[in-house]
Formats: sequence, C-alpha cells, structure tokens
Amino acid sequence: MTTTTVPTGLAPATRRAGLRGALRSEWTKLRSVRSTVFSLAAMAVIAIGLMSLIAWASMNRWSRFDPGERLELARHPLDIILVRPVFVGQLVVAVLGVMVISAEYTTGMVRSTLQAQPRRLTVLTAKIIVFAALMLVTGELLSFAAFAIGRPIIAAHIPVSLGDPGVARAVVGAGLYLAVLGLFALAFGSILRHTAGGITAVLGIVLVLSNLTGLLPDSWGHHVNAWMPTNAGMLIMQPQQAPDDLLSPWQGLAVFAGWTALLLIIAGVLLKKRDA
Amino acid sequence: MIEVRNLTKRYGDRIAVDHVSFTIRPGLVTGFLGPNGAGKSTTMRMILGLDAPTAGDVTIDGQPFVTLANPMREVGALLDAKAIHGGRTAYHHLLCLAQTNDIPKRRVDEVLEIVGLTAVARKRAKGFSLGMGQRLGIAGALLGDPRILMFDEPVNGLDPEGIRWIRNLMRSLAAEGRTVFVSSHLMSEMENTADHLLVIGRGRMIADCTVREFIEQNSERAVRVRTPDGPALAELVRGAGGKVVPDQADGLLITELALDRIGDLAFDNRIRLHELAPLQASLEQAFMELTKDSVEYHAVSDVAREG
Repeated sequence: MTTTTVPTGLAPATRRAGLRGALRSEWTKLRSVRSTVFSLAAMAVIAIGLMSLIAWASMNRWSRFDPGERLELARHPLDIILVRPVFVGQLVVAVLGVMVISAEYTTGMVRSTLQAQPRRLTVLTAKIIVFAALMLVTGELLSFAAFAIGRPIIAAHIPVSLGDPGVARAVVGAGLYLAVLGLFALAFGSILRHTAGGITAVLGIVLVLSNLTGLLPDSWGHHVNAWMPTNAGMLIMQPQQAPDDLLSPWQGLAVFAGWTALLLIIAGVLLKKRDA
Repeated sequence: MIEVRNLTKRYGDRIAVDHVSFTIRPGLVTGFLGPNGAGKSTTMRMILGLDAPTAGDVTIDGQPFVTLANPMREVGALLDAKAIHGGRTAYHHLLCLAQTNDIPKRRVDEVLEIVGLTAVARKRAKGFSLGMGQRLGIAGALLGDPRILMFDEPVNGLDPEGIRWIRNLMRSLAAEGRTVFVSSHLMSEMENTADHLLVIGRGRMIADCTVREFIEQNSERAVRVRTPDGPALAELVRGAGGKVVPDQADGLLITELALDRIGDLAFDNRIRLHELAPLQASLEQAFMELTKDSVEYHAVSDVAREG
C-alpha cells in the first residue's frame, strides 16, 4: 500500500459520453444494490402469496356469501386475482421508483454521477428508460403470474379466461400501469430529492388523496376523482368500462401517463436548474 | 489547464465566491488554501459544473466542463469521500462510473490496484473506513486517466501513512505533466506538496504566487536576540528604526532591522549577546497573518474579545 504507482495508459475513447454509456451505467447501478433485487422478490412473493390466500379463502366461504356479494365478485372477476396483487405490488414499485433518484442525493452519489456525465438530461433520460424497462418486465411478469396462479383457484365459482372480452388487455395493462407508476414515483424522487418525502408524496396520492377525492360532492367532484392519476390509471385493469366511469380503460391509462410525463418534465427542468 | 474568470456565487445575500479569477497550469501542484468556509469547495464545484455560477465562467482547456466529450477522461476529481452509494461494492461503484465514459472494465481493476483496494473490491462501501472511502474516491478520479486532477481536502481524516501516500501520488501525477489542483485549510499541508498557491478568504482571492514568494511577501522577518542588557539594546534598536517586542525570559524579538545591523549595534555599544538568530517564518504564520481578517467563523472567545 505504500508504493505509489502512477496510472498507466488508457485506450482513447471511441465515442462521446452519451446516452449509450449512461444506459449501461444506470443498469449497473440498479442491479448492483441489494435493495432492488430483494424488493422485487419480496413484492412478487407477498403480492402473489396474499392474492392466493384471499382467493382460496373467498372460495371456501362462497356458500356463506349472499347472492348480491356473489354477483358482485363474478362481475369483476379480476379484482381478486389481478387488481389486488397489483395494488400490493405498486407499493414496492413506488418505493423503488422514488429511490432511483432520491438515493443519489441521500448518499451523495449524485456528485459522482454528474461529474462522470454532466449533461444532466442524458442522466435523467437513461434513468427513465432503464427503470421503465425493468418495471415493465417485472410488472408484466407479476400480472401474468398472478392471473395464471389465481385463475385456477377461483375457477369453480368465478370462471375467467384470457379470451374473455377485455381480460387480456387488463392483464397486459396491469404491467403497463406498474411501469407508469414507477416513472410517476421516479419523478417525485427527482423533484423532492428526498427518499422519505418522495415515498410519502407518492403513497399519499395513491392511498389517501385518490380516495378522498371520491368524497367530493357533485359532478365536478366526480370528474376530479376520475382524473386523479392512479384512479385513472387503474381503469386499465377492468375488463369492461363501468357505466359510471368517465374514462375508458385506455383513456384512463393515457391520463395517468400524461400526469407522469408532466411530472418528468418538471423533474428535468429542476434537475437542469438546481445545484447538485 | 483550468481558467476561472470572475467566478461569483451568491446564496441569497451571502456571497460565497466573489469575483475570483485564476489559471491553473499543467505540471504543477497548485494548492488552494483558505480557512473553512472561504469558498474553496464551492469554487471546485463550479469548475465541475455541479453548481451554477451566479456570474463569471470556467473553462477546462478552453471548454466549459459540461461540453467535454468524455469528462472523466479530462478531469478527475475527489470532492468528498461520501459521493458514494454505500450499498454498492467498490468495484460496481467504479464500474458504473467507467461505463459512462467508455472506460473498459480492465481499467476498474487497475485503479483499484493503484489505490490499494483490490482486496476489498467486492465489499460494500458502507463498511469502509474514512481512509478507504478516500482511496475509493481517488480511484474514481483516476479512472479516466485524466490530465487534470482535483482533490478537495484529500488528507482529511487520514492516518499519517495515508497522508504520505496522497502526497506522493499528487507529486508523481504532477511530475508526469498533469495539472493537480488540491485544496486544504492546512498551511502545513501545502508547504509539503504545493508548488503554486492560490489563497482565498471569505470568497475573495488573497494571493496567487509560488509557495516561496508567499512566505517572503507575507511574513515579517524577525530576529531573536537574547541579552542580559535587554533595555539598553531595545533603546538602541528603536533609535535605529527597528521594532522590539519582548520574547520569553531575557529575549527580544526585533523586526524591521536587519540581523547584521543588530549585531553591529551591540558590538559598537559593548552589549553582550547570548543569541542572535533569524526566525524562519513558516507558511502557517504567513497564512494566519494574511487571513486573520477573512476568517468567517471565529472561535467564540475571539468574538467575545472583539466584541
């Protein structure tokens, strides 16, 4: 350790530091911290495990449900086996999304990151692409796994198949919803630059605010509630548009994506403007 | 070469860096010296594009940092040892930086070897001591084999072994013709490593010169005399235009009068001298002298005394 060796030569760069290198770097960052792998594994186990348990319990209690309850369950065949596991899984996606950028600030890593690539929008773009891709794959795996595992459990009383109208779109859409939610959270992490603050903001919107707007009176309250980011986004998991839904499933996802795009633009502007 | 022109950074109505200009040349270790809070780190952050200047500009070989093709290959910097995600291993920390600038994996192993972290390359950085974190930060700075290197307070918290290692590293990097820019609030550190000095206090440039010039210009040359006839000699020295202050026991500290003249005065007047010695002012004294008005955070007792 006492000898001082001087850096040896390094082959010249073949290209300018840009998106390509940033993408590789961000992928290395994501896969090299334990929290990513652990969280995603925990998410899959808990979401699907909980779903299986609830599906199984519901079938066992089927004879004790009154006819109204049975009708309600049969009308929304994906509620138990898709919407519920995605609802649980989204909590992990939200946390990971916030941390993609907030962890850079809380650890100080951001100063290394921006020295290596001072073109900040390149860094943000790379983070968005890599995280969206990871969440899309994870989200689709989760939604298809949940459907595949849940379907046989509820088949006796709530038969549902991918061929039924809107079902395949709902299952694919659940994965899309998780990917968009990941970016929605990433934007909050970037804007707030604080892990706890970012998670509180995202979960506050998903779990609290989205429900509170449902209590607003009159038709404007109904509109506000429908256009809330995750309320709109979750419509994609319904096989059919309900009579009182203001938005179609795809419109709903588009509204959620629109909110997310807006937040990402704000995140980009702030990232460029603020001192690191 | 780093060129800084009229660089200014304001936080609200507080000025952290105030119209600072300097040029840092290759092949030298340039020391950036100033008390804590003088604006050293802020200046370095602006050079690297981390903070936006309120006014003025910085160029690296004529270009702003943000437009450099492969920044890590031109400038390597250690700003603080904590710019690391503790959950990542030393190897992966360096790998994700290397990938942004088209630097091969082989180079990651190479710099780990240079800083002596090969044995802990697969360990997560949160278990690292301050010294190891510092070495990992230096490994990151060396990754791109850059011609310009910047270190902000690199010896902070290091043991003597680590301090010596960093000094040698900086010297050998400069000997290869690289530009080395290193900040410290410790004068003694600069005395040992720097060729050229930039001194900053309260955001303003105070000096831009060689270490030798700095000492010569900023320290009063004093002569220490011990004599049993103190009062008589003091009288004579004052008469010849010198200044006298008592020094412990039978000693006098004389300034503004050359050593030879003092000796002659004593001889001519039959005054017995027990000691006649030039006092070599250290860089530390020169620095304290120069920055005494520009220290931002005085100790409480100083404030009380001044108030």
